[in-house]
Amino acid sequence: MTDAIIEAIDLVKHFPTGKSPLLHRPTALVRAVDGVSFTLERGRTLGIVGESGCGKSTLGRLLGRLIEPTSGRVLLGGEDVTAATRSDLRRLRPRIQYVFQDPYSCLNPRHSVAESIATPMRIHRLYDRSTEQEKVRELMKRVGLNPEHINRFPHEFSGGQRQRIGVARALALSPEVIVADEPVSALDVSVQAQILNLLEELQASLGLSYVFIAHDLGVVRHIADDVAVMYLGKVVETGTAADVYERASHPYTRALLSAIPVANPRTGRGRQRTVLTGDVPSPLNPPSGCRFRTRCPRAQDHCAVEEPALVDRGQGHPVACHFPEDDILLGGDPVVARPIR
Amino acid sequence: MTDTPLLRVSDLCVSFRTPDGVVRAVDSVSFDVHAGETVGIVGESGSGKSVTANALMRLNFGAQVSTTGSILLDGVDLGSLSEEEMRLRRGRDIAMVFQDPLSALNPFYSVGDQVAEAYRVHHPKARRPEVRDVVVESLGRVGIPEPIKRMQSFPHEFSGGMRQRIVIAMALVNSPRLLIADEPTTALDVTVQAQILELIQRIQQESGTAVLLITHDLGVIAETTERVIVMYGGRVVEEASVESVFEQPTHPYTLGLLGSVRSLDLAGRGSLRAIPGSPPSLIHLPTGCAFRPRCRFELGEGSPCGTTVPTLSVAGHSRSACHLDVTERERLIAGVDG
Repeated sequence: MTDAIIEAIDLVKHFPTGKSPLLHRPTALVRAVDGVSFTLERGRTLGIVGESGCGKSTLGRLLGRLIEPTSGRVLLGGEDVTAATRSDLRRLRPRIQYVFQDPYSCLNPRHSVAESIATPMRIHRLYDRSTEQEKVRELMKRVGLNPEHINRFPHEFSGGQRQRIGVARALALSPEVIVADEPVSALDVSVQAQILNLLEELQASLGLSYVFIAHDLGVVRHIADDVAVMYLGKVVETGTAADVYERASHPYTRALLSAIPVANPRTGRGRQRTVLTGDVPSPLNPPSGCRFRTRCPRAQDHCAVEEPALVDRGQGHPVACHFPEDDILLGGDPVVARPIR
Repeated sequence: MTDTPLLRVSDLCVSFRTPDGVVRAVDSVSFDVHAGETVGIVGESGSGKSVTANALMRLNFGAQVSTTGSILLDGVDLGSLSEEEMRLRRGRDIAMVFQDPLSALNPFYSVGDQVAEAYRVHHPKARRPEVRDVVVESLGRVGIPEPIKRMQSFPHEFSGGMRQRIVIAMALVNSPRLLIADEPTTALDVTVQAQILELIQRIQQESGTAVLLITHDLGVIAETTERVIVMYGGRVVEEASVESVFEQPTHPYTLGLLGSVRSLDLAGRGSLRAIPGSPPSLIHLPTGCAFRPRCRFELGEGSPCGTTVPTLSVAGHSRSACHLDVTERERLIAGVDG
């Protein structure tokens, strides 16, 4: 049953920062991603969720080796991306493509749609010029753009349409995996839904696998099969969407879930919510032991000493917490089943 | 509810002259805010919600702007005041919190000085120890730990959530009767957003300040407001109590907006009921109803939808701006699966 398309094994990315004036050596390390492992199965969507600075985007960029990892490995369909030579990488990259957050800054303003979408095809010398045009039109149709607009420039499109161009470009090399880094965060609510529906349609028709990175648990719940929750460079809880949304047992996951405003004035209000105090600590100098302990309502002395491993502690899915909340959430849903005022 | 509202906005229009043509950012907007009430304005980019907020503070100025209509705060038309008279009301009667706390604070002054400045504007004779006490008290009230020590810190020494708390302290230091919060949590992480929303609600309950909350986030609206104004293309398209808006929307746009939101309540996947197209450009608004090109119930060729701008009229418990017959609309909306 395991048909892994992406396997991340103990990925670490530390960014050196600060310069010592004498030694020209970095004086500190930002531990952006600090030992993350996961498996994405073919045809599924893995949602990676966390607040700003948790390392989710860095993790996404490591997967296609857009940045070099400090250590750890990424396997793409069994082949090691992290150890690949330049020519291997050239062969592997078409299989993993990206959609980014800001459709304004990820398209070259001086390139027409045709050029933007065709560039990856040209780099990989896939088609001759006339087939290329045809392929571009086909892709535009596929993502819901009018192929007659092929010679238009990015500024002539709305934000949602630009994001569609970004998706078409990601599809140009017929990838198996798309890493979507906050693909709808910059869009208006009514347009977000269009893009999410498009991504789901494409997954169904092309058998794509997605790594979907977002800070919004609502969006992820809608699209993801599996979810990994990150905090300060580590995965704190992971499992199927139902595991994480209905049987969350890490205090951070629970707090994140209860912090989301619910678009329902009757169930949303008056529900008991865990409001965390304080802010995310700096990844330059994460707390000892469990990184969440400084904001954790359940923290005890032991948490400062030993770092909790990400293992199943009887919840049915892995949780990195010494004292996971194991009471069954009422009615299976942490949000809906709370008392109505 | 009292009979005379704290704030009565009537027929507010704001337009900007730009090289590309006149932008009617706000068009014939009318609404009331009663004392102690929390009202939400929800809309997407370009719906006119922020321009409306700025107009209430008279912050849209310059030769390129024209503002018409009346804004009555306690019966006094803010538009008729001189700039000096308006200045005395800003902060004292009506205060505002903006989206980005870092650009609302001066990086060169300690946060204590900035709160003190806001207080001194309206209390010019206040003596130093009194100002100090007020600053410490107001920083403490918004949850800044150790306010006596922290008042000497500078904005860059605080996190985003703490900065927004300081901005809120500045806005509240003169106990205004109306607080306008323009996307106060959009720049913040979700756990910090929850803290700030809780703070705004607590202050509203403690001090009875009316709050006008502007946001694009329906979840924030549902959790914090009592009455909701939905804006689209510079106009109010629906106005109702928060329960009515979420449970019995009467405007096709409100319905579409609700369908686009992935509520955590809706377990399972299935496709979202997205609104086709994108929000209109304010320079080239469609003729007739601005929502017509995206509306699923549009009446078609020759109907008023394409010729006349609909005005607000009573529909059930709401007021909404749509040409469709009320009972017909109810039937159509009820036919759309939730």
